[in-house]
Amino acid sequence: MEKSADTFNRIAELIEPFNKKGVSLSETTTFATDLEWDSLTVMDFVASIEDEFDIIITMNMQAEIETVGQLADAVLSLQDK
Amino acid sequence: MTDLFSKFDPLIQQRENLLATGVKDPFSLVMEKVISPTVALCNGKETILLGTYNYMGMTFDPDVIAAGKKALDEFGAGTTGSRVLNGTYSPHRDCEEALKEFYGMDHAMVFSTGYQANLGIISTMAGKEDYIILDIDSHASIYDGCALGNAQIVPFRHNDVEALEKRLKRLPPEAGKLVVLEGVYSMLGDIAPLKEMVTLAKAHGAMVLVDEAHSMGFIGPKGRGVAEDQGVLDQVDFVIGTFSKSVGTVGGFCVSNHPKFEVLRLVCRPYVFTASLPPSVVATAATSIRKLMHAADKRAHLWENSRKLHAGLKALGFQLGTDSPQSAIISVIMPDLERGAGMWEALLDRGVYVNLARPPATPAGMTLLRCSLCAEHSSAQVDDIIGRFKAAGEAVGVIG
Repeated sequence: MEKSADTFNRIAELIEPFNKKGVSLSETTTFATDLEWDSLTVMDFVASIEDEFDIIITMNMQAEIETVGQLADAVLSLQDK
Repeated sequence: MTDLFSKFDPLIQQRENLLATGVKDPFSLVMEKVISPTVALCNGKETILLGTYNYMGMTFDPDVIAAGKKALDEFGAGTTGSRVLNGTYSPHRDCEEALKEFYGMDHAMVFSTGYQANLGIISTMAGKEDYIILDIDSHASIYDGCALGNAQIVPFRHNDVEALEKRLKRLPPEAGKLVVLEGVYSMLGDIAPLKEMVTLAKAHGAMVLVDEAHSMGFIGPKGRGVAEDQGVLDQVDFVIGTFSKSVGTVGGFCVSNHPKFEVLRLVCRPYVFTASLPPSVVATAATSIRKLMHAADKRAHLWENSRKLHAGLKALGFQLGTDSPQSAIISVIMPDLERGAGMWEALLDRGVYVNLARPPATPAGMTLLRCSLCAEHSSAQVDDIIGRFKAAGEAVGVIG
């Protein structure tokens, strides 16, 4: 639980530079609808997440991730590998 | 009932809004007569062609046309069959021989289009457990090859060597990997740092595919492309190319030195499940490819044209896709789609045809006017083009 809270917080920090509308973040915040990110923003953000956690989020996985909570779960499972 | 077309409503609306401003539809131009590789009749007006990718001007080469006519007479209009059934005639084999000679490689496989070459090789080579590592600005045919297969797709920032290295390091060392690169990226006309990238990919045990669609015939001492020019062609596992640019007809190919390459003829679906190219097309391609081997003078003139146009447009104050001319594509960045379409029309009115490119085909949501030069453009034509760009740019308000 602690680990997942820590992951969520680190992700939230990385979202901030791209959070132009100042949307308040929760597990259910969506990237496309709530944050209104275009594909370029997504690419830059994914790269920053990958560097922070030293992982790779393939495009196949990205297609399944819609919310901040789903991203946190994906990051945790990738780190376990 | 849901109208399945409703998903296209935003695009239909955007198009209607654009046409409502009074500009001509930039995507429905008809050429009434083609006079030469560099001039055509459009809307009754003689127009300089500056957006055809006909880099080496081979479309009207007398030897190329004669070879096509001869094959049409001797082999008929089409094969009506797949390469692996009744669709391989001797001109198809000869065309593959020409490619092997051109690249100095052991194997060559001809596809019906360049699009299908990428679609086929990429989807077939990388399986479910394998990784495809590709530049984010890759051509649609590369992405569609990924979509047709089921490999894991890992994109990296455009032309960013460090971003590629980070991803190669993070992937499981034992996993199968295919790094997919292009020699020239056609939207901005910039070239890839293939020397660094190919070396890096090989050091991490990856196979490498390079699409040289926009460099074949022109870049490199023998016109083999950017990988040749940067001295890494021998490390490239698959070169993908097309006949629809420098070669001057239509078709696609893959060349390789891999000893097991020929098995692809049996397992590559976009090769097997489609009819082969008409014999006249492969005969024109073979003749053109062999002539391109000895086209050093034309290559030199095309570089002159590229440098001249780049310098001329830069001096007029246009914003260009690259700081220096890197290929035969000079890309002019427009402030928005409306002024892009306006500039496109103003150029056409002044007798210059260029490509209008817009999202999603373009990177970073840009609207571009893409100019592709031809070795058959005379210096005087390039001067003319620069003058007409000045007039059009001032009329539309793109330059001061």
